Amino acid sequence: MLKPSDLDVAYVARLARLNLTDAETELFQRQLGDVLKYADKLRAVDVSHVEAAAHTIPIFNVFREDERRDWLTAEQALSNAPRQANGLFIVTKVVE
Amino acid sequence: MTGKDLPALNIADLQSLLRHREVSPREVLDVLQARIESVDGKIDAYLSIDFEAAAKEAEKANVDLPLGGVPIAIKDIISVSGESCTCASKILRGYLAPYDATVIRKLRAAGAIPFGKTNMDEFAMGSSTENSGVKLTRNPWDLSRVPGGSSGGSAAAVAADEAFGGLGTETGGSIRQPAALSGVVGLKPSYGRVSRFGVVAFASSLDQVGTLTKTVRDSAMIMNAIAGHDPQETTSLNEPVPDYTEELGKDLRGARLGLAKEYMIEGIDPQVKTAIDAAVKHMDSLGAEIIDVSLPHTDYAIAVYYILATAEASANLARFDGVRYGHRAEHPRDLLDHYGRTREEGFGPEVKRRIILGTYVLSSGYYDAYYLRAQKVRELIRQDFAKAFEKVDALISPTSPVPAFKLGERTDDPLQMYLADIFTSPANLAGICGISVPCGFADVDGHRLPIGLQLLGKALDEARILQIAHAYEQSTDWHKARSPIAATLPNA
Repeated sequence: MLKPSDLDVAYVARLARLNLTDAETELFQRQLGDVLKYADKLRAVDVSHVEAAAHTIPIFNVFREDERRDWLTAEQALSNAPRQANGLFIVTKVVE
Repeated sequence: MTGKDLPALNIADLQSLLRHREVSPREVLDVLQARIESVDGKIDAYLSIDFEAAAKEAEKANVDLPLGGVPIAIKDIISVSGESCTCASKILRGYLAPYDATVIRKLRAAGAIPFGKTNMDEFAMGSSTENSGVKLTRNPWDLSRVPGGSSGGSAAAVAADEAFGGLGTETGGSIRQPAALSGVVGLKPSYGRVSRFGVVAFASSLDQVGTLTKTVRDSAMIMNAIAGHDPQETTSLNEPVPDYTEELGKDLRGARLGLAKEYMIEGIDPQVKTAIDAAVKHMDSLGAEIIDVSLPHTDYAIAVYYILATAEASANLARFDGVRYGHRAEHPRDLLDHYGRTREEGFGPEVKRRIILGTYVLSSGYYDAYYLRAQKVRELIRQDFAKAFEKVDALISPTSPVPAFKLGERTDDPLQMYLADIFTSPANLAGICGISVPCGFADVDGHRLPIGLQLLGKALDEARILQIAHAYEQSTDWHKARSPIAATLPNA
């Protein structure tokens, strides 16, 4: 079964696109190890006949008419962008 | 009534004065602004206030509407058009919301004036408001203690009479717990009852907007404005909305109230236990029927909650990438460096911790063991409540096992902080509604610290728990007690 040591904080941080300092990595490794150890208690529950609940209300597909309506202008949508020009978001270069 | 006594009023009484033209919306706003200026240096409940915008609203407010002319404090996770919305995070410093959240649009339609954005744990992750990336908020009953969280700013503002009422949000107790610790009324509506459109998402299967108020009636009045279907929100329920004030005033005779034996845990502060026992006895004497029930999966709720909430948070917070809004790292080497440093610089420690945990429980090889299993246990918790509500109208418990704790007392041990949600997070998992009302005080180090009584009701049964909470509240004097900093105002 799973051991808390399965958690490799440095690896998961890369998956999450989140840089951590060495001190943070070490601290989270210990603290989240404790949390996962606590969560181990869920293994004691018999869930073999239970369907997973994504949420608690009986709503599944929500459709609406495909109609035009007013929403943010391009200017409004760009208003909080850290970098923008010519009505576009400026992103960091992806290809050389 | 002189002008400077106004902040002590509850919403119902204030609105009555407004409606009868005994005071104008602008006068109310000026007095509230002065009150905030005089006490918020001690409490630090507010992150930002746009007085100019509110003053414009006040000039044209229609006082004949149900909340006409009433200023309402807004947790800084809810979008108010043109105003700062930071979630108390550095990553959103300087962000101005380009539109109103649906709850704000509805408050305005009912005549209310959104006034001031309140402090919170960063992205609503926490139970003490100490995870704010901006500042600490202090408990008005004892300035060395936390107000609870994550909606600690709204709770403290109401408790210190520097807000007439406020909006908060909940994912696992973030309205009810600060209400209990700050001595005010906190309502978490059922999942789907109130639209989250325009509210920054933390854990989408759990999040819900609710109220922090001085009285149960005030909560019902705000609910009348904000509840209901929103076509812009796919989890919003298209169900009729009752008039939540209509049933208020009915007594407790015939009310069936459940006590869950699983809630009689060790670790409940003795003074909290005494207060809850006394409240139960009191309601029994007023004609309520007290019934023992069982919620067998209670012990698993915190584990389920922290797996599901962090998983959903890690997905929701992926949007903070330094491109469309928010902080962006300087001079990135490449795209990975851009993302990694933007998020490192923008997020605080608790948010990072939860992103790591959430990413882990969703990652390949662990999804079934943690996330899927937690969703299944969640269903069992939901069924526990469904069975209990066949026998009772509401469940009674403490809101928090302890009164307000000291600033800094719990910050080193995240797991201990998480366990503080034991009585509140099951309701979010089950999608049901809950309310916390003041039910007494603990005497600690010469301070009176408020204790909250929690009532849980079945999904969409807000009217019932409001009615029961109101009957209890009106038969006691607890809600009339005022924090020392509020008592510096003359009585209304």
